[in-house]
Amino acid sequence: MSWIPAPVTELLDKALVSELTVINYKGEPTTHPLIPLWDGELIYMTSAVLFSRKLEFIKQNPRVAVAITDPVACDSLPGRCSIRGDARIIEDDPHTTWEQVLPLWRAKEPAIDLFVSKRFAFPLFFERSIIEITPRKVTWWEDGRPESEPRAASTEEVSS
Amino acid sequence: MSESALLQQLSTYTHLVVSWIGDDGYPVQTPANFHIDGENLRIRRTGLVLPTDRTVNIIASHIRPQPGYGYDQRRYLSVWGTLAPEADGFIVNVQRHWGWDEEITPFPEYVERSNPQAKHYLDELSRERGVEIKPRLSAFWTFLLATRLPFLTATLVSILLGIAVAGYDGQFNLWFAFVTFVAGAAIHIGLNVANDVFDGLSGADEANFRPTQYSGGSRVIQRGIVPLSRMVAISATGYLVGSALGIYLVIETGSWELLALGLAGVFLSVFYTAPPLRLVHRGLGELTTALGFGPIMVLGAYAVQTGELAWEPFVASIPVAILIALILYVNEIPDRPGDAAVGKRTLPVRWSREAVTQAFLIAALAAFAVIVGGVIGGALPLPTLIALLAVPLVFQVYSGIQKFYNSPYELMATMGKNVQLHLVTGLLLFAGYLIAVAV
Repeated sequence: MSWIPAPVTELLDKALVSELTVINYKGEPTTHPLIPLWDGELIYMTSAVLFSRKLEFIKQNPRVAVAITDPVACDSLPGRCSIRGDARIIEDDPHTTWEQVLPLWRAKEPAIDLFVSKRFAFPLFFERSIIEITPRKVTWWEDGRPESEPRAASTEEVSS
Repeated sequence: MSESALLQQLSTYTHLVVSWIGDDGYPVQTPANFHIDGENLRIRRTGLVLPTDRTVNIIASHIRPQPGYGYDQRRYLSVWGTLAPEADGFIVNVQRHWGWDEEITPFPEYVERSNPQAKHYLDELSRERGVEIKPRLSAFWTFLLATRLPFLTATLVSILLGIAVAGYDGQFNLWFAFVTFVAGAAIHIGLNVANDVFDGLSGADEANFRPTQYSGGSRVIQRGIVPLSRMVAISATGYLVGSALGIYLVIETGSWELLALGLAGVFLSVFYTAPPLRLVHRGLGELTTALGFGPIMVLGAYAVQTGELAWEPFVASIPVAILIALILYVNEIPDRPGDAAVGKRTLPVRWSREAVTQAFLIAALAAFAVIVGGVIGGALPLPTLIALLAVPLVFQVYSGIQKFYNSPYELMATMGKNVQLHLVTGLLLFAGYLIAVAV
């Protein structure tokens, strides 16, 4: 059972898009929209080698944050959240390893099966890496209003 | 993009996310409301205190959910800058920005533009692991893509037509017909792959960010699927096999005309893109293709069967010659920017949109006029008029070129229809000869 509060897990379950912030070589934040995949414990994302700058940044500094902020992409759930955590790249075989998370991906984007069946047309798009994120701290806005004080929870609080 | 254009685009988003690096070294994020005020992006005060002493990244993103499918309308804008406080929020001092909108840069183009990053990443991964990590495709798809096998219909049509004319003249040898087709296909594969090799070396394919399944080459070199050296080997093998079979047919038939045609065909196919002639770079691609897949191949197939040349197969070859040249011609339309960038002065690069469009119509109708004229003049049998059934396709392709001249991906259906125009016309001509033989 995850320590992450229900309002946040609901968002993770529903969100079709999230904003992944990584730290670039200059120590600045850089943010990419990606589908968040949630297995109840960890957050997964995948990135094609075509768009792999974020993977290079994560390898250099694994500290990341994931925001879910678009109600339109969350089945109209009003809440918003940000999850800080540690990421690792899983890419034993970029051709096939990412398929481990295909069931989670398919659940949010059924059309992916159509694209996978035509992977010959975009071969580099299907050379991918998994970004596995272990959540450390979450902040969330239950009413979705950015100007309100967010609530927060972290692994430290749970373990203490 | 200018700052005012950036702000204009940002105003189309509903919300954004501000992120910065917190004191604990993790990125911190907050959703934020914003408004565009004159020349400034203003962020309203948020529950989390926004920093004014460090760089922030601001992202606005949008998708449209499509239940049962996923989503579409992907676009985002990412801005870096610093925040200056004011009464009820902050003004953003924009330093740089980046973004993607699939309405402006279609996904296939976005992917093509990212090929160098993929290559860089896989090269680094290979270096880290000490083994080569490269993109993979099944052997079937790799061969199909690298050789552009579906385009072999051009060879099939020309050889079938040459054999049909010979059959009409009372000559037919099944074994020779089979060998002719294998030889023609091998040369055609050699040509297709050589085209990719030389376009790869010249940079024409790399400069083309809008390839389609009909244009812009096979992309197997640019995508790192097949190395250049292997493509050279495939091309050379195609030419060797085709030439060996051609020599066999010359020896068997004793036809010096066939030898001359074979040498001319190999010469034109090699120097289509190969230096020093690079015929396609000089605006001679259409003529070269027309000669190669028209008179040379049709007369060659005829000569294999009969051991001689004649006017009738030459006349029969003209419509397919024109229509195969028009396949190249239409396929060059979306390649214009990439071709022009490397000095590949194809006809669509040289001519105006109006000239390109009208020239297509005139040339395509001329192909059918030759059929009518050939029948009237007695060079083609009456049943070959059945090929006129393909005329409506001319106008469908013409209309498609008019509508989608500057939209490579939307032009794809028209390019497909144009391939059909050549194939259907060629097969109907073939059918006309079969009918003529039967009656």
